[in-house]
Amino acid sequence: MNRILAIQDLIRSNPDGGKVDAFFNAPGRTFPIVEGPHATFVWRGDADGVSLRHWIFGLESESSLARIPNTDLWYLTLDIPHGSRVEYKFELHRHGGSQWIEDPRNPNRARDPFGANSVLQGEGYEVPDWVAPDPDARPGLLEPFSFHSKAFDAKRHGAIYLPARFRKTRLYPLLVVHDGSDYVNFANMRTVLDNLIHRLEIPDIIVAFTDSPDRLREYANDERHAKFLTEELLADLTGRLPIIDRPQARCLMGASFGAVAAFSTAVRYPDVWGRLLLQSGSFAFTDIGTRNRRGPLFDRVVEFVNQVRQEPKAVSERIFMSCGVYESLIYENRSLVPLLDATGMQVKFVEARDGHNWENWRDRLREGLSWLFPGPLMFVYE
Amino acid sequence: MITGEIPAIVLLGAQRYDPTLGDAIKELGVTGKIATITAGWQEREDDDEDLKEHLQGRAINLALHARGEDVFRKDKELLSAHRERQTLLRHRQDFYRVRLEHALDAQHVIDQRAAPDDILEDEARTSIDAIRNIDALHLDRCTRDRREFDARYRPLERPAIAEHRAQLAAILDDCEAIAISGGHVASLLNRLRLFGIADFAHGKTIFAWCAGAMAISERVVLFHDSPPQGPGAAEVLDAGLGFVGDVVVLPQPEFRLRLGDRARLKVMVRRFAPATCIAMPARSRVTWLRTGPTAPYGAFAIRDDGTHSFEPPPRSRSGPSSTSVDISPSSTAIPVSSGSRPRLV
Repeated sequence: MNRILAIQDLIRSNPDGGKVDAFFNAPGRTFPIVEGPHATFVWRGDADGVSLRHWIFGLESESSLARIPNTDLWYLTLDIPHGSRVEYKFELHRHGGSQWIEDPRNPNRARDPFGANSVLQGEGYEVPDWVAPDPDARPGLLEPFSFHSKAFDAKRHGAIYLPARFRKTRLYPLLVVHDGSDYVNFANMRTVLDNLIHRLEIPDIIVAFTDSPDRLREYANDERHAKFLTEELLADLTGRLPIIDRPQARCLMGASFGAVAAFSTAVRYPDVWGRLLLQSGSFAFTDIGTRNRRGPLFDRVVEFVNQVRQEPKAVSERIFMSCGVYESLIYENRSLVPLLDATGMQVKFVEARDGHNWENWRDRLREGLSWLFPGPLMFVYE
Repeated sequence: MITGEIPAIVLLGAQRYDPTLGDAIKELGVTGKIATITAGWQEREDDDEDLKEHLQGRAINLALHARGEDVFRKDKELLSAHRERQTLLRHRQDFYRVRLEHALDAQHVIDQRAAPDDILEDEARTSIDAIRNIDALHLDRCTRDRREFDARYRPLERPAIAEHRAQLAAILDDCEAIAISGGHVASLLNRLRLFGIADFAHGKTIFAWCAGAMAISERVVLFHDSPPQGPGAAEVLDAGLGFVGDVVVLPQPEFRLRLGDRARLKVMVRRFAPATCIAMPARSRVTWLRTGPTAPYGAFAIRDDGTHSFEPPPRSRSGPSSTSVDISPSSTAIPVSSGSRPRLV
């Protein structure tokens, strides 16, 4: 038997203002209203039209909310698969113009470099407990660094994470993160590292959070960037910090163009970076011609990925890849996995019902990092 | 390997929250000093106030971790050789894991196939044999590497270690028992071997729990059915000190094993047979005398078909009896041939 959704119930009651008030004030009601696989988005107010703006590849990016007659209540019900996480905004159309706003009734927000989005947490989705600060987990140290890169003939900035129990006499693996500030600010990565280390799920590790002033250019298969990371930054860090001198202990990671930067660096310097963590990689390619539908920004990426697809080689030992199924990039990522796998590299690919955003990347950190760098969990019995 | 000079060995479940070590000591009538080994806690080795209090002032911590650090500070050649060996061991474990995972994948695929029962049974046996061969090969290589290392560097004869061994001998001479805690099992095993603790165990009653219990068994098996990166395979780490033979010790089964996953448990048990896989939850205890295991409480064996008799033990301070779980082969259909029941060696 089909369940009557709350919004349908309201519509059947021929609502007036009072009934709409009661609808909003119903005990325990949260917005959007999630009822099993159905999610109902609602907005209340005067407008000529209201649209739902989301970034789910496969659904119409603009979906109009319907107004319930004789009320100022707008709604839209969508089927949302179990465990989904969807970022969205409302677009209000008034007097010939439009404005994008966050959902005023939904306290869940995801921040990113462009601001914030509202977040629908579908049935079955829970924010992982390891992304919030744990009072028992000793915090690591985050120290800023700046570095003159010969490859770029410019300064590069970033931050070095040292684990809480860092000692100069011990040796540590190294993780280099692209878009480091964004991983710290929008994916709680510092807290995640503290927690995973505390839980013994990853080892004590040194992490270099790096940033680029021109990421779309420098991350898109740029030889200078690969040189900067491998010949300059790695050499500098290895010289002044106790880092294990083995490929298995070196990892590059990044999301989107950052993943392209990580992978293309590993390809230019095979067997240096033994671990790769690639999230929602912008691995655009063409089967014919050289111009991808995504536009000229991707030309260098397409050139790189086409080359990899033409002649896949083992350049690392373990690659963890993840991608949201609501991203258009899911197609590129899925198709790359078997090619990499066939080279003899160990590849683990994880999909999530999420989009191209920082919280998706945050939520995959535990599985990715612990697979690339298993902590002492298997060794500790007490 | 110690042969018959240990009066009793007691393996215990986790001691952190509800220690039962005191009960076990009392039960065996140990009244003298007790040497404690907390090297599995690594840098936190001396954070042992609770243990000392529990042992009512009779504990003397052997400080094996700190002694090891001292040795490496003084003997740079050994430190360098040790690091080189650690790298070798990591490589060995990594390559072993690659082979093991593929063999386990093959076992799983074959296990899903439809075929006449006799063929499936034969193939299942072959799958397990293949895995057992990989385990055995790994163990052999670890043993060979260790012997080569010992022959080349002769660690026990090096002054830095000999000095500590003399001190340890003096301390242990005055102790009636040795209590070995849990912690990082590889680190613990390393320190136990570095100082040749097996040489000092003669005549001492041994109490060991969690990693400590694993380290004194004859084969250390690492396991965790629910790590964050997905369920991996149980792995042989190395040979243990071998004080207790024919058992694989599985501490914290209530957290680390999927006790309802019969297929998974079955594979584990058959991999390590004829040794018995003994799961040791909190408050469990098994005492070995020279005649064999006695007075098991709360510990349980995983049977050949992946079943077991686990029930969370009641929270009483002492004594077994009505809720005791027998780990003898007859009661649990443990896949052991006659004469290979858990023994004190």
